[in-house]
Amino acid sequence: MTDFTEKKIGHIKFSLFSPEMVRKMSVIKVTVPDTYNEDGYPIDGGLMDQHMGVIDPGLRCKTCGGTVHTCPGHFGHVDLVRPVLHSEFARVVAGILKMTCNSCSRALIKKGKNSAGVDEILTKEEMIEEMKKVKKCPYCGQKQEDIRFEKPTTIMEGKRVLLPIEIRERLSKIPDEDLEMLGLDPKSARPEWMVLTSLPIPPVQMRPSIILETGERSEDDVTHKLVDIIRINQRLEANLNAGAPQLIIEDLWELLQYHITTYFNNETANVPPARHRSGRPLKTLSQRLKGKEGRFRYNLSGKRVNFSARTVVSPDPNISINEVGVPRSIAEELTVPIHVTPWNIEECKELMKRNEYPKVVYVTGKDGRRRRLMEKNTDELIQMLDVGWVIERQLKDGDPVIFNRQPSLHRISMMCHRAKVLPGRTFRLHVAVCPPYNADFDGDEMNLHVPQTYEARAEAEELMLVEKQIISPRHGNTIIEPNEDHISGAFLLTRKNVKLTKDEATQLLGAAGIYELPEPDAKGLYSGKAVFSMLFPKTLNAEYRTKLCREEGECSKAQCPYDGYVIIKDGVLKHGMMEKKGFAGHLLEKIFREYGSEAARDFIDRATRMSIYAVTKFGFSVGIESYHLDKDAKEKVLRIRENAVKEVEALIVKYKNKTLQRLPGKTLAETLEDRVMVVLGKARDSTGAVLRDYFGQENSSIVMANIGSRGSMLNAVQMAAFLGQQAVRGARIKRGYKGRVLPHFMGTDLGAYARGFVGTSFMDGLTPTEYFFHAAGGRESLVNTAIRTARSGYMQRRLINALQDFYVDYDKTVRDADGNVVQTKYGGDAKDPMRAKRV
Amino acid sequence: MSKQQQSKKAFSIFDHVLVPKHEIVPDSEVELVLQSLNINSKEKLPKILSSDAAAKAIGAKKGDVIRIYRKELTGEVQYYRVVV
Repeated sequence: MTDFTEKKIGHIKFSLFSPEMVRKMSVIKVTVPDTYNEDGYPIDGGLMDQHMGVIDPGLRCKTCGGTVHTCPGHFGHVDLVRPVLHSEFARVVAGILKMTCNSCSRALIKKGKNSAGVDEILTKEEMIEEMKKVKKCPYCGQKQEDIRFEKPTTIMEGKRVLLPIEIRERLSKIPDEDLEMLGLDPKSARPEWMVLTSLPIPPVQMRPSIILETGERSEDDVTHKLVDIIRINQRLEANLNAGAPQLIIEDLWELLQYHITTYFNNETANVPPARHRSGRPLKTLSQRLKGKEGRFRYNLSGKRVNFSARTVVSPDPNISINEVGVPRSIAEELTVPIHVTPWNIEECKELMKRNEYPKVVYVTGKDGRRRRLMEKNTDELIQMLDVGWVIERQLKDGDPVIFNRQPSLHRISMMCHRAKVLPGRTFRLHVAVCPPYNADFDGDEMNLHVPQTYEARAEAEELMLVEKQIISPRHGNTIIEPNEDHISGAFLLTRKNVKLTKDEATQLLGAAGIYELPEPDAKGLYSGKAVFSMLFPKTLNAEYRTKLCREEGECSKAQCPYDGYVIIKDGVLKHGMMEKKGFAGHLLEKIFREYGSEAARDFIDRATRMSIYAVTKFGFSVGIESYHLDKDAKEKVLRIRENAVKEVEALIVKYKNKTLQRLPGKTLAETLEDRVMVVLGKARDSTGAVLRDYFGQENSSIVMANIGSRGSMLNAVQMAAFLGQQAVRGARIKRGYKGRVLPHFMGTDLGAYARGFVGTSFMDGLTPTEYFFHAAGGRESLVNTAIRTARSGYMQRRLINALQDFYVDYDKTVRDADGNVVQTKYGGDAKDPMRAKRV
Repeated sequence: MSKQQQSKKAFSIFDHVLVPKHEIVPDSEVELVLQSLNINSKEKLPKILSSDAAAKAIGAKKGDVIRIYRKELTGEVQYYRVVV
């Protein structure tokens, strides 16, 4: 590596410009506060003087003779008739004045002494502190007045304002050796240089004027500001020469100070920002550099990428998980380089002849010249085309592209997809690939990059392809998997007694792209299980118990009355039904590990399409009705609720007469809270059981909760029965007034309803107090997610930065960049979670 | 055990559940350890201060290699550190 180091940066030093330096590097003294004359020609001695560089094509720089493209620009300068404080240094100047004598300008303590004049070795910081305390100069004995700094640029001595002229005079008298005590380097930062006497005028290139469509010239904000400075400087000069009264002089001086302050930073505290005629604040020097849109973050750290695209994503269950739908308009813009070889030269020539969509855009010869392929040079270039040339053709189906959604928190935030050019304006994404990107379709945008070399393409396809990421490297479970409707569809299809006619079976299989039928039964019908089995590899064998089995104790396997035991033999589903854990987890994982990523991808593609077809065909929906309880069930639920509330009352009575058994390590009040939470939590659970029995297996909401496709029992309970206890910070709500949460309750009321228990359902509607409790609990979860994402994001960033060059070596030790051992065996067992089989 | 007896018993940090077993690798084995990790010098090993409580407890000196038997989620792992 050392061979490549040509020059190394030893250090960087910032220093101040001296007025002499400003004049030395200046090519012209700017005297006219104007830019262009009526003919649109730069005025000599003006702010656009051609000595400072040119921005108009055709003109030549009067300093270097260069043109727009070759002249780098040159600084000019203005001599200020009265010195002015540099606003960014005003505070520093005040500090230095505090530390130096007001008459002889010596530092206020002698070297090696303290403020009392006693010998003592002090650190720099201590010295600075000591100097500010001194009341009498140790050299000339002069009494020192208090120096005060007033924002933005005023320095007071006692009750008198110090004029920049005086300040400058004092500062320039400070001897070099004293400056070093003050922490300044006299060679690069004499303090009097912080009071400006000549101002450099930046080159024209740095502040080009733009010509509007109307032909009018519009000057840069910095130029506007410089015009102001020069104009006031001239008026001040005229008034000085005319012997104007001191008051007028000081006003103008003040104005000059204002203009120079805003020239450097138009957001200086306590200074009204200088505005454009339209009322927009000017963007001056500091604003160009600072912040998100400043030079550093916007232009230097933030680079834009070629061969990339960004648009909204929308779902498409009909494409493969490996694919991404690319709008035609984007595909026409993105290009892929093809190297011409003896084997593809004819193909390339054919491609070059095309004059619509998949066509060639650029051709690069062996000389490295890149030519745009146009109608008039097509024939010529086809003639010249030879092995070793490179043509750039538009993106087409099957090209590997890298797809990404921010924030890119883990490696599967960027995966390789195959392009699929489609009409429309959005990127199309298979819904099963949403989890790794954490994408949804409420307006999410995603980025797409086209790899430009064969190495990059191979790497993307081999390492980053979607189908190879089906198992998450984080926990070894599937992360790209069927979900929601896919699960519901598979479940509906694999229930017992699903009989399909030949037509229906053909339709379902056709949706999955399968064009053969399973064996029909005696009546010529096809069972749902048989049709679904066509998705499995022919040699798949599996056996597992699902949670759809509600048997107590021992599992009766194939005899399961709930059809909850899955048996797959030679690729045929003999028993059991599909649900989330088995279908998306167990079986998919098994197929991935035993049959490889291609088989797993194929399984997801086909299974999701068939399931969606099935769920549409069978019909599957919820409505108000799904949560309606009849009188009987309602009564049951209410009984559970009221019993719980009564039980709470009983606990409170016990608490109040101190007969409640205290839990170990808890106070009596804490014990009560704990017990109450348990009682109310139990009420919610037992309600869930009641609803499960009441709604049975036909209620879509309950079915979805059972098979894990969407929602939970809790959601159903909250809609149909009651919301239950609302919590803030994991406990019952008790914040609010003294002793009570809301004025509606007695101060002594500890009962369920006074502390955030919601006894109504979303169907019934909440009472006003319940609504309040619900909002309090809801707010907590919102605040928590906001805080959690911010904090965990920062924590992760720090971890990533600390661990970024660790790697697993061939000997399975974890090493840092210098080859030091960090861990003797990766993860303690040297296992890759993505490939490890879990037991 | 009475309170008095308890205070008489020498305090050992290794009695704590979270402190894994530490031992000094005999000089004769150090080379083998380095070989097993494919490194040529003790410098490449993770470090432990000679003032570390566990290092002091087993009387390790600068330059010694310590073997730590850690119980990870994935089973027991031998970890090595060089005393600095």
